[in-house]
Amino acid sequence: MNFEFSDDQKQLRDEARRYLAEHSSPKAVRAVLEGHAPYDRELWKGLAGMGFLGVAIPEEYGGAGAGHLELCVIAEEMGRALAPVPFSSSIYLAAEAIMLAGTADQKQKYLPGLAQGTTIGTLALFEGTGNPSHDKIKTSAMQNKISGAKKPVPDGAIADIAIVAARSGSSGRDTDISLYIVDLKGAGIARKDLQAIDPSRNQAEITFKDAPGELLGKAGEGWDLLMQLLDRAAVLVAFEQVGGADRALEMGRDYALDRIAFGRPIGSFQAVKHILADMYVSATLARSNCYYGAWALSTNAGELPEAAATARISATQAFQHCSKQNIQVHGGMGFTWEFDCHLYYRRSNAIALGLGSQSYWEDALIDRMRKRNAAA
Amino acid sequence: MNFDDTPQEAAFRAEARKFVEMNAPKEFEAELSKASLGRIKLKDRDIVAVGKAWQKKKADEGWSCLKWPKEYGGRGATPIEQVIWQEEEGIYGKLTSPFQIGEGMCGPTVMAYASEEHKRKYLPKLASGENIWCQLFSEPSAGSDVAGLRTRAEKQGDGWIVNGQKIWTSGAHYSDYGILITRTDPTVPKHKGLTMFFLDMKTPGVEVKPIKQVSGASDFNEVFFTDVRIPDSQRLGAVGDGWNVSLTTLMNERMSIGSRIATGFPEIFAFCQSYIDEDGTPAIEDRAVRAKLADWACKASGLKYTSYRSISALSRGERPGPENSIGKLVAGVMVQDIAAYAMDLEGAAGTLNDAATADTYGPFQAMLLGAPGMRIAGGTDEILRNIIAERVLGLPSDIRVDKSVPFNQIPTKGR
Repeated sequence: MNFEFSDDQKQLRDEARRYLAEHSSPKAVRAVLEGHAPYDRELWKGLAGMGFLGVAIPEEYGGAGAGHLELCVIAEEMGRALAPVPFSSSIYLAAEAIMLAGTADQKQKYLPGLAQGTTIGTLALFEGTGNPSHDKIKTSAMQNKISGAKKPVPDGAIADIAIVAARSGSSGRDTDISLYIVDLKGAGIARKDLQAIDPSRNQAEITFKDAPGELLGKAGEGWDLLMQLLDRAAVLVAFEQVGGADRALEMGRDYALDRIAFGRPIGSFQAVKHILADMYVSATLARSNCYYGAWALSTNAGELPEAAATARISATQAFQHCSKQNIQVHGGMGFTWEFDCHLYYRRSNAIALGLGSQSYWEDALIDRMRKRNAAA
Repeated sequence: MNFDDTPQEAAFRAEARKFVEMNAPKEFEAELSKASLGRIKLKDRDIVAVGKAWQKKKADEGWSCLKWPKEYGGRGATPIEQVIWQEEEGIYGKLTSPFQIGEGMCGPTVMAYASEEHKRKYLPKLASGENIWCQLFSEPSAGSDVAGLRTRAEKQGDGWIVNGQKIWTSGAHYSDYGILITRTDPTVPKHKGLTMFFLDMKTPGVEVKPIKQVSGASDFNEVFFTDVRIPDSQRLGAVGDGWNVSLTTLMNERMSIGSRIATGFPEIFAFCQSYIDEDGTPAIEDRAVRAKLADWACKASGLKYTSYRSISALSRGERPGPENSIGKLVAGVMVQDIAAYAMDLEGAAGTLNDAATADTYGPFQAMLLGAPGMRIAGGTDEILRNIIAERVLGLPSDIRVDKSVPFNQIPTKGR
């Protein structure tokens, strides 16, 4: 059994960690959080230069052609560093969608730009409150012209292209949904920044009015593709969450070692120890489930839908738990703007919703397990 | 990243599988498959007798105590081979529960500290199941704080006279030998005055009394010592070094990687698929039920893949990381929560624990009554959290007010 990343992958992780420690410091995250820029352009260029953006994009389309295990490794480090860049939108959502369903021409047209960071992509799925559901998609596609409003769209204000889920039929079934690649700098697009709990990442509303779209995948297969895409992205985002959870745990541990109260380090009190031990437990469960997800993603295993939901749920729990308890361990200082705890708290709670909420994935997981059981 | 065996591992697995296929007591397959949690009971047969027969068969062909050297009854196998064996032994591994303390704790301690003559005399019979060993550590006033034990051993001639009481001794009622930690010097701080021995459980003055537990079962015992004489040749380690010797024993306890820990998840998942609730549909169709199931599914899966990570380290010939330390902490609470939740779904009838209705109501009532023990035995949840915090996260140990005080000056009453 070899249920572990390889030495080369670990080296890549170390390299990414070093790079991000320098270029995605809490100071850099705060610059975006405090509204000085919609994302960190220098960091984005740097990540492209390091080859991190295109790590799973095939070489023939301008990527490094390494694979999804390598992308998982990078994802963990991005989450750990709270990188204030549109990595997840552009890579896990847009590039993955095009790799999943694009024609050779579409891949040639879009992937090199996404790998180089000169094109930023995203997924425009949600239309207001609620979880992924084909019924909720009102945005229409008539003769490949898209009309409707999407919100929230992650990195919607900074993306160049969006994969848009739109209604191309009227049967009332999920086969009414198709995916389109839309040029967000083209005609018929209006964008508005939205305030969000984690301003270190952009959220926007995009209104489409007869905006030209390019069909991605076959008409009527959009929902099926979306489900596959969300599973793939769920594994990658879960790695970001585990990276963030681990960092929050380390911050809490370090503070408990340094902070003295009642004449001793607070980490010597069992009440504090037990908080940190529980953080370790949830982070460890999540990491192991993420490895399962990584295996399924990288091998296109039949278990991917279950593995993805498991990784997603577990990692969401871990990151929310660790970021929340990190503040608790810090006491009053953890509640100040000055300390970095809130950066993780914000990110953990925002990232928990972006691909559909916890209850959505819980429901999905049990559905998938039942199906497998019925098939067995 | 893959779940595949290396060629050597695959060959070993094939050999193990063949042995199990040809020799396992298949007549108990159905009963053993059902018994997933808590104490294993066979309907018409004594589990210890059946276990001994299986253990003997295994030992005859080198499939017992695999990691031990051959001369002491083992196979000289690698840690990963041990894991593969456990996987292949499967449900029949449940028959070996009476021998696990001997294999995992007593045996390694004897191996590290006993004379060559004693090792050759006792270990092969432990490995073959002929002799069962128990571990006499905990006392009424020394549970989590085991170094606070009070059982006295006093030197007399070429032996020791032991007086005192042990408690929570698993399997003492069917054990032939035990390893025993005693206090030989109460005038020095508590960790320094301890000495370890092994003894024949039939030695005059040893009295075993089963403890009836919350669940009604009696897996544990009290063991009383009245002027029990142990020859000095049965001392394990130096006089006063018993604490370090006990760490060898306990370290082995925590290395039990690959042994699948029961969580209750398969049981609750099956139950919620078949149980029809008030609205006439299976409980699993209820959103609230699904949320609970998903949480438990992720914990069970997390434990499984955590052990896979440790196994992978073994497969590479490395020492596993600390991640496996979370197992019992997660599983104990889960079993308790799952039991209560299933009974809640059953409504008033969930209270019934009648043998005649066990098939209808599932294993949850028994789980509920057994679960508190899981959260205490082998380290309470709180001690496990301390261990994770101190040994994994590197937090400072608690301030111990009794650490450098002579043992006989430590207060013995709260108020």
